Amino acid sequence: MPNYTVRVNGRSVQTGEVPAEMPLLWVLRDTLNMKGTKFGCGIGACGACTVHLNGNAVRSCSTRIDAVGVVTTGTAAATVPANRAVVTIEGLSADGSHALQKAWMEVDVPQCGYCQAGQIMSAAALLARTPRPNDEQIATAMNGNVCRCGTYLRIRQAINIAAGRR
Amino acid sequence: MKKINTKQIDRRSFLQATALAGGGVMVGLYAPEVLSQAPGGRGGGQGAPAALNPSFYVTINPDNTFRIVGKNPETGQGIKNALPMLIADEMDVAWSQVQVADADLDPRYASSAGIGAGQIEGGSTAIPQNYTGMRNVGAAARMMLISAAAQQWSVPEDQLTTTGNGSVRHATSNRTATYASLASRLPSITAPAIANVKLKNPADFKIIGKDIGGVDNMKIVTGQPLFSVDQNFPGMLHAVLEKCPVFGGRPVSANVDEIKRLPGIKHVFLVDRVAIQGQGQGLVPGVAIVADNWWNAQNARKSLKVVWEEGAVATQSSIGYATQAKDLAAASATALPAGGGPAPTIVGDVDAVFAGIAANPASGKIVEAEYMIPLIAHAPLEPQNSTAIFKDGKLEIWSPSQIPALANAAQGAGIPNTDVTMHLVRAGGGFGRRLASEYDTEVAKVARLVTEERAAAGLPAVAVNLLWSREDDMQHDNYRPGGFHYFKAAVDSTGKLVAFRDFVASVSSVSPAGEYPRGFVPNFWVGVRNVAPFNIPTGALRAPGTNGVSFIMQGIMDEIAVAAGKDPLQWRIDVLNSPFTPPPPPAPPAGAPAPAGGGRGGPGGGGGAGGFNASRAIGVLEAVRDMSNWNTARARLPRGTGMGVAFQFAHAGYVAYVVEASVDANKKIKINRAWAAIDIGRQVVNTSMARNLVEGGFVEGMSHTMAWEITIDKGRVTQGNFAQYVPARMGNMPATLEVKFLQTDNNPTGLGEPSLPPAVPAIVNAIAHATGVRIRSLPIKNSGYSWT
Repeated sequence: MPNYTVRVNGRSVQTGEVPAEMPLLWVLRDTLNMKGTKFGCGIGACGACTVHLNGNAVRSCSTRIDAVGVVTTGTAAATVPANRAVVTIEGLSADGSHALQKAWMEVDVPQCGYCQAGQIMSAAALLARTPRPNDEQIATAMNGNVCRCGTYLRIRQAINIAAGRR
Repeated sequence: MKKINTKQIDRRSFLQATALAGGGVMVGLYAPEVLSQAPGGRGGGQGAPAALNPSFYVTINPDNTFRIVGKNPETGQGIKNALPMLIADEMDVAWSQVQVADADLDPRYASSAGIGAGQIEGGSTAIPQNYTGMRNVGAAARMMLISAAAQQWSVPEDQLTTTGNGSVRHATSNRTATYASLASRLPSITAPAIANVKLKNPADFKIIGKDIGGVDNMKIVTGQPLFSVDQNFPGMLHAVLEKCPVFGGRPVSANVDEIKRLPGIKHVFLVDRVAIQGQGQGLVPGVAIVADNWWNAQNARKSLKVVWEEGAVATQSSIGYATQAKDLAAASATALPAGGGPAPTIVGDVDAVFAGIAANPASGKIVEAEYMIPLIAHAPLEPQNSTAIFKDGKLEIWSPSQIPALANAAQGAGIPNTDVTMHLVRAGGGFGRRLASEYDTEVAKVARLVTEERAAAGLPAVAVNLLWSREDDMQHDNYRPGGFHYFKAAVDSTGKLVAFRDFVASVSSVSPAGEYPRGFVPNFWVGVRNVAPFNIPTGALRAPGTNGVSFIMQGIMDEIAVAAGKDPLQWRIDVLNSPFTPPPPPAPPAGAPAPAGGGRGGPGGGGGAGGFNASRAIGVLEAVRDMSNWNTARARLPRGTGMGVAFQFAHAGYVAYVVEASVDANKKIKINRAWAAIDIGRQVVNTSMARNLVEGGFVEGMSHTMAWEITIDKGRVTQGNFAQYVPARMGNMPATLEVKFLQTDNNPTGLGEPSLPPAVPAIVNAIAHATGVRIRSLPIKNSGYSWT
């Protein structure tokens, strides 16, 4: 099995030997011990595993590691092209200072909280492209993220606040 | 939340804090009878006897911050805030001085008069059963700190006050002492008897009744490990358990050796059944695969070839149940077949009323209708899982259970309860799913097998996380029971409800024998006969007892009102204002087992917390009428738009919704706005989480309404993932949902359950108003509807 170098949150890290078809989600969680990205469905239907790949929101449960990593030969990390850069919830900000994280705290969005990392990553990708989305744009961008507890109204409110709209 | 740096606590202050284990003085004295029952070795996992732990409820830190234990399981209902808030407010400390800590499963938190009610999440019981007890804990601590200050300054206690930020003040001499500076005196101070504890006047609350953000919010938004599935230990292995797709089936053989050769696979076991009393299915037999990461274990299932003995349930199907229900209804059209089950609940004589109206059609109106609700799955977003390590004959486990119990793990591992240490961890949603704890049994069994196989190879014990796939979760649930209801009801010529008959063809269904309009109609009949065989596991889902019955009862009542030519909101109030001499309590629901796992639903939905109070139901109806401007707005709606109402008494709470919805020619539905009026007594503990739970209850109701159903084919579940079991999403949300809490002079109760049930009929009643078409079967997608 290959050992991949992946670029996660600005750092190049090696995955150790993993199958080429192993999803990025499980590399993050079980190999790199980054537990912020969550498993909910395994088929890209719930959005709990959302991360950014080259700035786009993607479902890491359905993204193969060989589409993200570069096979490492020898001991030194391979060079990973910029368009394969991955950002996870841990990389959004370490201290909760991203505008969305602050808004999520202010609005007190979570109930169980399990989906919220994925929600925030989808919202961050939206705001990076559309800094002041209207509710329809929010609905379109966030429709792939399930909140089983039903905190959607607060998520919408928090995105509006992060976008500077009160 | 202030973060405590443990490195700053020097040896002297640590001893001081330990002496405060005399803080055990604070709490230990409350419940000596519980302590005396405590077996050694539980809770802390250090093998210590029932010595008091410094962190039992409250630890006073040297920097005058306060570590307060949230003893109950947290799955998103907010109890990890609410219980510590009650302690902190009565202790008169600032919330910013509080750090909330998770609990272990510990007999010292067991049910005890005046203190608390064990470590259980279910039935919206945590607030009613702990509201006073947690306040007592905080208030007793405050009284003892005042006693300590009185000693220190040699002044009378009645000259002392507390400041709201963890200090005692003597105004006469202008002296102030922090709780931390007084803590070393606490072990010598006698805790007050429960009867002598002085509670705050609620007008003086500074934390209770406020918007307090979730204590784990920062960890959640920054992705720090927090949930059950995030537990991680060096060398930890990851397990899956392949079960027979048919309920009750078992593996005969499997290609174990072939699976063992796949990448990353460490162990493969055929696992036998472990039945546990009161635990639904217990550990279902299957094939456990253990790997270095979860995906390798899960991926190996594709290569797994199992010979299953499917068993008798393989002949059962949803279509078969429905056919049987129709046959039962036909056989019960006038009277129940003899010998097929318990006697019906009868008040007056419904048949005489129906016969009278048939003979004289001008004297009233008869409404007949068939209602159906499906089985549904809980589908919490974090699939079932648990983590454990079996070492030296003992098991340590990190459990997300709503009713954590040592026995579930102990029996899986085949060891005594006293050899299990159980830590409670946050779970990604509960909704009643985690009332059953098979995953604890499964991981205990597998962890032991792993440790034994590793020991044989000279390897040390490691932890195991056993995680279900989404498909496992959806196809091996304890489902919300379905039900088939056959109604016949009558109003007289003035529109007054005079007869109400419901025959229930039961699939473990909830009988509405004690449900409104019981007690408000002179002739009432509910009979039940069982569809058999029915061997699908069922259990409590959020608001068991009313979550499906509310759609049925509030739907039929709505259509009776419409048939009578009445305003459906005012007609409900009129019925509530016409109590019929209350009959004796109903017999236990025919053939309906109590909701599994300790669910507290049942007739009336009172959740065991008191009877139905019509004036409170009227109160929420009138409030939601005014909030929604029902009386004027409803008549002015554009074509294709309707307003519907429903109310429900559920688990001691009263909730009424009004929904405004639009339906287009293609049956596309948009919920425009919704309003909720809620009466959960005189005090809402955390107003932010309370509103959140109402919003969530409504959204869950949208999922139940539109899409959620579990169907059975050849003894197995048809649906497997969110593609076939579609939850409400952001694009379906209403523009607004207004929530109002009525403050009534009744004991505070919980909100997790009451907010859900009436959301469903309010939506369906709005559709009926918009279209004139009555939907009597869930989910409504099966009638051609979809969200816009």
